Amino acid sequence: MKTISICILVGLTAGLANADWLQFRGPNATAVSTEAKAPAEELKIAWTADLPGRGLSAPIVVGDKVFVTCSSGPGQETLHVFCFNAKDGSKRWERAMRATGRTMSHNKTCVAANTPCSDGDRVFALFSSNDLFAFDLDGNLLWLRGLTFDYPNASNSLGMSQSPVVIDGTLVVQSENDSESFAAGLDVATGRNKWKLERPKAANWTSATLWKGVAALQSSKGILGVDPATGKTVWNYEDGASTIPSSVVHGDLLYAVSRGITALSPEKGAVTQLWRNEKLNPGTASPLVLGDHLYVVNGAGVLIKASAKNGDEAWKLRLKGPFSGSPVAAGKRIFIVSERGVFQSIDPEAPEGKVVQDIDLKETVLTTPAISEGAIYVRSDAKLWKLQ
Amino acid sequence: MKLIFSPVLALAGLPLFAAEDLSKPLEALRSVKKEGDGNEAAGKAWQQIVKADAQSLPEVLKGMNGANPLAENWLRTAVGVIADEALKAKKMPVDALVAFLKDTANSPGARVVSFDLIHRADAKLAEDLTPTLLNDVSSDLRRHPVAKLIEAGDAALEKKDKEAAVVAYQKGLGGARDEDQIKALAKKLRDLGQTVDLPSHFGFLMSWKMIAPFSNAERSGFDTAYPPEKELKFDASYEGKGKDAKWVDFTSKDEYGKIDFNKPFGMEKSVVGYAATDFLSTEDRAVEIRIGCKNGWKVWLNGELLFARDEYHRGAKLDQYKLPCQLKKGKNTILVKCCQNEQTEQWTVEWEFQLRVCDATGTAIVAAK
Repeated sequence: MKTISICILVGLTAGLANADWLQFRGPNATAVSTEAKAPAEELKIAWTADLPGRGLSAPIVVGDKVFVTCSSGPGQETLHVFCFNAKDGSKRWERAMRATGRTMSHNKTCVAANTPCSDGDRVFALFSSNDLFAFDLDGNLLWLRGLTFDYPNASNSLGMSQSPVVIDGTLVVQSENDSESFAAGLDVATGRNKWKLERPKAANWTSATLWKGVAALQSSKGILGVDPATGKTVWNYEDGASTIPSSVVHGDLLYAVSRGITALSPEKGAVTQLWRNEKLNPGTASPLVLGDHLYVVNGAGVLIKASAKNGDEAWKLRLKGPFSGSPVAAGKRIFIVSERGVFQSIDPEAPEGKVVQDIDLKETVLTTPAISEGAIYVRSDAKLWKLQ
Repeated sequence: MKLIFSPVLALAGLPLFAAEDLSKPLEALRSVKKEGDGNEAAGKAWQQIVKADAQSLPEVLKGMNGANPLAENWLRTAVGVIADEALKAKKMPVDALVAFLKDTANSPGARVVSFDLIHRADAKLAEDLTPTLLNDVSSDLRRHPVAKLIEAGDAALEKKDKEAAVVAYQKGLGGARDEDQIKALAKKLRDLGQTVDLPSHFGFLMSWKMIAPFSNAERSGFDTAYPPEKELKFDASYEGKGKDAKWVDFTSKDEYGKIDFNKPFGMEKSVVGYAATDFLSTEDRAVEIRIGCKNGWKVWLNGELLFARDEYHRGAKLDQYKLPCQLKKGKNTILVKCCQNEQTEQWTVEWEFQLRVCDATGTAIVAAK
């Protein structure tokens, strides 16, 4: 029996490697790489690939493949999913579809705003138009949904950006807006609903985080922990939360973007508040936890280091902002790219924090990097870069 | 042994699916419905279709005729895969694609894909076809010739040939259906001293009867059926929010047809207003009522609710919502409910909508006199 169990376990996890960056903010949506190989101290542009359209979505990496979404056309109706070779940036395949939902958005965002996600075998690409496509890694279309075609008032005229997550055979998608607001769990094999939840009627651009196998759905009301298989409530934090930066999990704790940062210990049926620091106010970027410390980028482009144990502030470091994308981390470095395209590598262990390298990408960047195999992937509206 | 394997080898050299064999998998793609219904069968059918030979492209494109938007995307991606292989093998069936493009009985979406494939295979040929698309039923296909006419007008202007520039711009404006191109052309023509009637070009309905204010306290007015939803008596007055609500005549002077409730009724908050107008149609016909509005709104045509949207101040644009509907010959009554919420920020002042009646291409349908 033991041998069989091990075989099954190996089989189940064979498709996933530590180096994979499978969703918005990577492993477990923590923004911290779990692979042993850290990026080099001195990073250079290894390759650049051209993109045909806009995108706030981050790249994701599955094995040796990098996936990116774009939207193009006069009304951004054309939706693209690209697969590039991680090694040299050559295109493996591209698929182009047309939006079936509304494509209107604020000028600063676009239809390719939601970061795709993968379970290691499939790539799920959701767009602001509420169009959702599932491809295998070779570009075969497995299924599709038009969530505004299904639910006609599910849209936001400013655009939507909630990135999906996939947990144990369920794809959790959110379409939270002022009107027909919902979250749903979809069967990864068929795209059919396993469950659908009514959500607060309020515009929401945050993405789900994963807390011990529970999907943590953030909204202005708070954070709802749901069982991804059933959509049933596991716990519910009801003291309000941000509708732009997303919360982050570290260990057993959930660091909620709620009245600053509020550290929570969720349990079945209850949520205990451990500490709150109202001065830790993320701007647009979502926070991350690296080691024993929490890092927040505020609206003025200042990186704040604070204790993850009690929220006490350690130092502040002014970066070259402003920022729309979120920081990510690997090894002993934090990486972030400013809206003006300045990639910054930060040593958070320096006494007051220190930017140890910056690279001017010379383009507007509004998105979050991905990390895989010691390389960092960044995209703009026109380019995808690999930094190594 | 040879006798057994030879037929297999012979078959291997043929396309896996000849065009006539695609009917069942195409039907599977066309059968997808809401909420993932049909996805399993479509996924299998898609795998069959993408193995088809390049010569099957027109047949697969034809599958898009009359298909719902979800099925169109299944087919669009299948066409993309077949086309990638055809381009690599330099076997794109360009003549058949041109014939497909020219046949306007095919769906606009499929013809756009067809044009893109022609362009990928033979950019010069696509360029040559472009002028023929100026009055196409697809607004997407019109963009190319309009862009060319803008370029031609600009080039004429550089040569100081104002007359030729005006001709090119006017021709472009006649074909243009997208707001960005229309705006650009209107500016160029006006800079050259020409008159441009944008409300007529777009077909905005400019004259309405309007009534307000009814209460929208706590946004409950959106779902409250006030008297105008039950009767349209333009000489009646009703108890409104803090004052009587009475019908007034209003004709917009706005170039983009904005029907602004703030003008006749003042800058009210947490209120509901209604606007009604008659549209005389020369025939029974399918149309699109297109509305742009950043307030909560509902639209009825001849008493039938077409759509309702309870979103406030997230933005508005031309043709933000397209409502397919059927006009009857003679008088058609359009009723709009426009709800203002309680927000007080500067960017929440607007209490207005713009509405036009057009065909699926975006061409204005002019009301009979």
